[in-house]
Amino acid sequence: MKILVPVKRVVDYNVKIRIKSDQSGVEDSNVKMSLNPFDEIAIEEAVRLKEAGKASEIIVVTIGPEKAQDILRTAMAMGADRGVLVSTDLKIDLGGIEPLMVAKCLKALIENEKPDMVIMGKQAIDDDSNQTGQMLSALLGWPQATFASNIEIDNGQANVTREVDGGLETLKVALPAVVTTDLRLNEPRYASLPNIMKAKKKPLDNKQLSDFNIKLTPRLKLVSVEEPPKREGGEIVSNVDELLDKLKNEAKVI
Amino acid sequence: MNVLVIAEHDNKALKPATLNVITAASRFSGNIDILIAGGNCQDVAKEASTIKGINDVICMSDAALEAQLAEPLAEAVIQIQGDKNYNVILAPASTFGKNLLPRISALLDVQQISDVIEIISPSSFKRPVYGGQAIATFESNDEFKVMTVRATAFDKASTEGGQATIEEISFNSPKNFGTAFVGLEVAKTERPELTGAEKVVSGGRALGSKENFKMIEELADKLGAAIGASRAAVDAGYVPNDYQVGQTGKVVAPELYIAIGISGAIQHLAGMKDSKTIVAINKDEEAPIFKIADYGLVGDLFEILPELTKKL
Ligand SMILES: Cc1cc2nc3c(=O)[nH]c(=O)nc-3n(C[C@H](O)[C@H](O)[C@H](O)COP(=O)(O)OP(=O)(O)OC[C@H]3O[C@@H](n4cnc5c(N)ncnc54)[C@H](O)[C@@H]3O)c2cc1C
Repeated sequence: MKILVPVKRVVDYNVKIRIKSDQSGVEDSNVKMSLNPFDEIAIEEAVRLKEAGKASEIIVVTIGPEKAQDILRTAMAMGADRGVLVSTDLKIDLGGIEPLMVAKCLKALIENEKPDMVIMGKQAIDDDSNQTGQMLSALLGWPQATFASNIEIDNGQANVTREVDGGLETLKVALPAVVTTDLRLNEPRYASLPNIMKAKKKPLDNKQLSDFNIKLTPRLKLVSVEEPPKREGGEIVSNVDELLDKLKNEAKVI
Repeated sequence: MNVLVIAEHDNKALKPATLNVITAASRFSGNIDILIAGGNCQDVAKEASTIKGINDVICMSDAALEAQLAEPLAEAVIQIQGDKNYNVILAPASTFGKNLLPRISALLDVQQISDVIEIISPSSFKRPVYGGQAIATFESNDEFKVMTVRATAFDKASTEGGQATIEEISFNSPKNFGTAFVGLEVAKTERPELTGAEKVVSGGRALGSKENFKMIEELADKLGAAIGASRAAVDAGYVPNDYQVGQTGKVVAPELYIAIGISGAIQHLAGMKDSKTIVAINKDEEAPIFKIADYGLVGDLFEILPELTKKL
């Protein structure tokens, strides 16, 4: 079984972002960039399936700038076999490449690579769209299982437990299918130094996004990016009685 | 302008977030129809027909839609869109809407707008990005608009006063989509539902065990509050996954949110910082949660919590 894992390079989740003073976007110079956390989970799951003898090959794909090679190398150090970088100079967070374009590009790659399964993050923590996996599955006409917290592969099918608002839902999907990962699917490993060295020699294919037959004009024009309304927090009360008094008489919520 | 709201329901009753989406839909000043798609869902259609501001209730009841899987549901919406040509399609930004709407968008070749918090004009919208650290305004140049709506950003439409007609349409896509529903494990609770609750008491990693988390439950029950949790508390198994509040969990905006033993990571704040009054209890006076809390109490939760519950 061949697994394809699409990944995205995003501002590291520990970074407090800065908004550009002209409100045109989020500052990305001198900011730590990382593999999107949900995608790390997707890679880890694919690697575990390979270790369990269920998968034979793992391909990681990213669409982004030249620099996005670094996350493909990280993915290969975790255990992916080869990488594909689809290069573009367009922005990949807000007001540039959109989920629908990504889904169309992935569809074209998938028709060529013919994987049996796509495992990908449920959302990227920059634009928080939570769309690409579902769109890809619709364009391919494949089943989808989103927000997975457990995946079991058995006889050409995947049993997937999904985290939904009401609890946990289980679906059985026929492969090929698209599965998107939630936080509790697994805990991604750290790549060891020898594996990081080995990953440098793994094959990395370079393609150009402009060679795909996809319209690259955004449907959503980014007008502005602003700070959210500030909260006036910070009052410290000295004990439970004072807290209760404030809640009763000032905030009037109890 | 014709607007379609896709209702979230369990074949018996509407989920309350649907009412917030209807208010968002009313911002387009057009005719609003609501789709109830499911299995044996006629009661839900009846319930929806009295909501204020609804033109038509479209009821599509079919065994293939009973589990409300995204694949057949998306086909159902595409079928209806083919007949009715809506200008706007909306659904709540719940796991239901997040699962379904991107499929519909892709099939209609539209770039969806996720988690809308403000409709500035029929083509411009605000939405939080970067875990709520920024608010982005977008202008959509798609012919139709497809969007999920953050329920807490809009009031609920009134469930009375409407007199919509119910139109039954049959589902004509009997395809096998390759997806089968196996089961749903629901964490039963008598407490208010987290996303719509007026009060929420949330516990974090500091609770230390499932056993200790009962202290949160006792306080919540005294207040008639729903229970929430940080990711760390869910990961540690103190509470089920559907209690998680945050960027990747539920978004809440109650009158009162009490965060106990929660540090206030960006990802947690993303799910609760629009609450009206925030209380934080934490032993570390430097904890980031205090920066956004209206009332902070510095101290050991194992002393404060019992006292608070007792004195209420
Ligand atoms: C991609 C991604 C998505 C995420 N999504 C979410 C999300 O949706 N929701 C979410 O919550 N998190 C999310 N997180 C995790 C988030 O970054 C934090 O790790 C998490 O919120 C921390 O939980 P906590 O505050 O309970 O734990 P901690 O950060 O460990 O905080 C525990 C707090 O308890 C205090 N404490 C300890 N003992 C006591 C005591 N006896 N009395 C009083 N106070 C005490 C400590 O001072 C500390 O402030 C996400 C992370 C990533 C990477």
